Amino acid sequence: MAQFSLPQNSKIEVGNYFKDKTNSKNLRKINVYRWDPSTGKNPRIDTFEVDMDNCGPKVLDILFKIKNEIDPSLTFRRSCAHGVCGSCAMNIDGVNGLACIKSHSDTNGDLNIYPLPHLRVVKDLIGDLTTLYKQYESIQPWLKVDQTGQEKTELKQSQKDREKLDGYYECILCACCSTSCPSYWWNGDKYLGPAVLLQAYRWINDSRDGDKKERLKKVADELKLYRCHTIMNCTNSCPKGLNPAKAIGSIKKMLATS
Amino acid sequence: MNAYKIIDHEYDVVVLGAGGSGLRAAVGLSEAGLKTACISKVFPTRSHTSAAQGGISAALGNMGEDDWRWHMYDTVKGSDWLGDQDAIEYLCKEAPRAVVELERYGVPFSRTDDGKIYQRPFGGMTKNYGNGTAQRTCAAADRTGHAILHTLYGQALKQNTEFFIEYFALDLIMKNGECKGVIAWNLTDGTIHRFRSHITIIATGGYGKVYYSATSAHTCTGDGNAMVLRAGLPLQDMEFVQFHPTGIYGVGCLITEGVRGEGGFLVNGKGERFMERYAPNAKDLASRDVVSRSMEMEINEGRGVGKNKDHINLHLDHIDKKVIDERLPGISEAAKTFANVDVSKEPIPVVPTVHYNMGGIPTNYKAEVLTLNGSEKTVPGLMAIGEAACVSVHGANRLGSNSLIDLVVFGRAAAKRAAEIIKPGSPHEEVSKSETDKCLQRFDKIRNSDGSTKTSELRLQMQKTMQSKCAVFRTEKTLKEGVDQIRAPYEGMSDISVKDKSLLFNTDLVETLEFENLISQALTTMDSAYNRKESRGAHAREDFAKRDDKNFMKHTLAWQNGKKVEIKYRDVHSRTLTNDVQYFPPKERVY
Repeated sequence: MAQFSLPQNSKIEVGNYFKDKTNSKNLRKINVYRWDPSTGKNPRIDTFEVDMDNCGPKVLDILFKIKNEIDPSLTFRRSCAHGVCGSCAMNIDGVNGLACIKSHSDTNGDLNIYPLPHLRVVKDLIGDLTTLYKQYESIQPWLKVDQTGQEKTELKQSQKDREKLDGYYECILCACCSTSCPSYWWNGDKYLGPAVLLQAYRWINDSRDGDKKERLKKVADELKLYRCHTIMNCTNSCPKGLNPAKAIGSIKKMLATS
Repeated sequence: MNAYKIIDHEYDVVVLGAGGSGLRAAVGLSEAGLKTACISKVFPTRSHTSAAQGGISAALGNMGEDDWRWHMYDTVKGSDWLGDQDAIEYLCKEAPRAVVELERYGVPFSRTDDGKIYQRPFGGMTKNYGNGTAQRTCAAADRTGHAILHTLYGQALKQNTEFFIEYFALDLIMKNGECKGVIAWNLTDGTIHRFRSHITIIATGGYGKVYYSATSAHTCTGDGNAMVLRAGLPLQDMEFVQFHPTGIYGVGCLITEGVRGEGGFLVNGKGERFMERYAPNAKDLASRDVVSRSMEMEINEGRGVGKNKDHINLHLDHIDKKVIDERLPGISEAAKTFANVDVSKEPIPVVPTVHYNMGGIPTNYKAEVLTLNGSEKTVPGLMAIGEAACVSVHGANRLGSNSLIDLVVFGRAAAKRAAEIIKPGSPHEEVSKSETDKCLQRFDKIRNSDGSTKTSELRLQMQKTMQSKCAVFRTEKTLKEGVDQIRAPYEGMSDISVKDKSLLFNTDLVETLEFENLISQALTTMDSAYNRKESRGAHAREDFAKRDDKNFMKHTLAWQNGKKVEIKYRDVHSRTLTNDVQYFPPKERVY
């Protein structure tokens, strides 16, 4: 039988241990994935003892506490801190989510924080989303209507037709779903993945759009679409409570019945 | 200094920032055939426009009669007459067209029974010059900003705008008082880039993070404003900081004014709907400065809610569940996540929270940056739009839903003006090495800071000072203390420490550069506030309780030189743009 071994630089090493300096009685150990490409060293797991008596309720509050008080070199993306911008998506205790809305009290014991799975790591908790963004662009996320002569009036849409966008237009492109999908891990360069397919469905399903047939045709591809094997990790991990699996199912159904 | 390899680019126009205004400008510029680069420190859909909830104002008249002149009157009154009426006329007149354009771009607006864009009531928006409530705020449920931002990003992709994402802009390249481009640092590979451009458009948003508690994102550090100060140009009306009445208590997360638009109301610790006392007509839908002050007064007089009587309750438990599900789903989610409140059963605990900067880079209604040199002068090659700009359409207080419309109207105006000025493909001037070196020396010095004070400590000191000394109510005493104390974190920079010395996604360095940007704006804000000895809009002085049109019907202009701030003034425009509408003379502002 063939033996596979991972390249030397992919092995995760035990990192630094940051002991509490505040004499807190309520400490929690936070294990964080670290990798700085400029050092040439392997990735490592650093452990921080964090004083939970003086920490906000969310996982992002822990990361701020570490960055502000213990190690300013800790690197992660963050912006709105209210769950709408999608910057702070990461893997928290084995589940993808947004650090800003995930309560750390929902997890027990030591807390493990990793970048989103299966992305090229740029540094520490920052993953490279370039491929996903390219795929998003490939579905042409803009309304296609015949513009001539009508530019000055709004397009009408019934409340019923507008309702069909609910559950889809809210997507914040955080990539929690796509990076939780084993099919996307395996074929991420060709399979569009749940985030992008949900977006594709949002435009296919917009009653104002004049390009529904073409849009369907474009995704009707063994790799782009049918690599979805209804594993459902996407729907389980969406921090906004959306259902990408349902969107993908709806596209498949449209193709089967058209 | 370390030797930095510089990668050169040439564009007709460079847009700094990829929020609502930056993207709208980029779309227009690309459409006009101009070679356009859009630089952003975050991926475009992460910009803070995504957090705007309630809606975008435009007198479409989809839900009752409306007129852009009524919108203009409301905006002038909301601004407490500090807004320039020529610019306000332009904003309100262009608004309907700009919203229809967004709709045709694909924004998923909520709909009326007959399929038109749904419009809700909002604070200060009235019919017939103050007589009755207007439904003027176009909404996509309570996620309007998110819907607009994502749609505009899609349009920019359609137009093949060139993006430089996760690039941190360092400084403007200035030559003889003209802007020739910008220098930026690519976070993902650590390289330095010099962009030469005929026009640079600053669309970098507000600087809410000078305060401790704000609805603003962590990225709202006003980087463009600070670049303008470093270029020796002034910022305008910095003392006017909007406190949104309903930030979630203790968290700062925004709860849209749309809640009150849909029938929600505020209640004090005694169970009273106190807004009836402060604004007998508009009640809970008075403009934001009025509501925030009223809440503070209730709290200060011991009628707050909770153990410490330090907040107010926002009720929407009486609103039909179907209305909440359809029009306010996002805030139900936020209330659950951040206050553990089920809005169908309990009120949301709220407190006035820093939300928006009316002040910023002075511009005219064509988005061209202004300075004062004897009289108003434009700065060739430089434009500003969005929250970074002070056109000024919001004057001393912005009305809710007037910010999103500001983004698209002036984003569009900037693109139009740039297309008029630039001949596509015209050659670029040489940029001297000394100008580039000056910028890189600053960067290199900060990168190699090896003091003993953490950036986070100085930032906290600045934020706490702003929060306590430059709050909803201000006095000579608090402001004088503020003017002195805000210099401490500024001077603290000489002992600042940057631990991470790398160039690749060095967020320790980013946060330190952002702090340097923030503290400049904190200084100008505090000094501008100290020097305005009247109460107008969001600037409420307990010792000068009245508006003083005789002495202060003028815009503050603040230049920064080290820890010194120089203050000058320019007159508010007392004219409209055309004869379609008459100038609204100042009068007492009651709601």
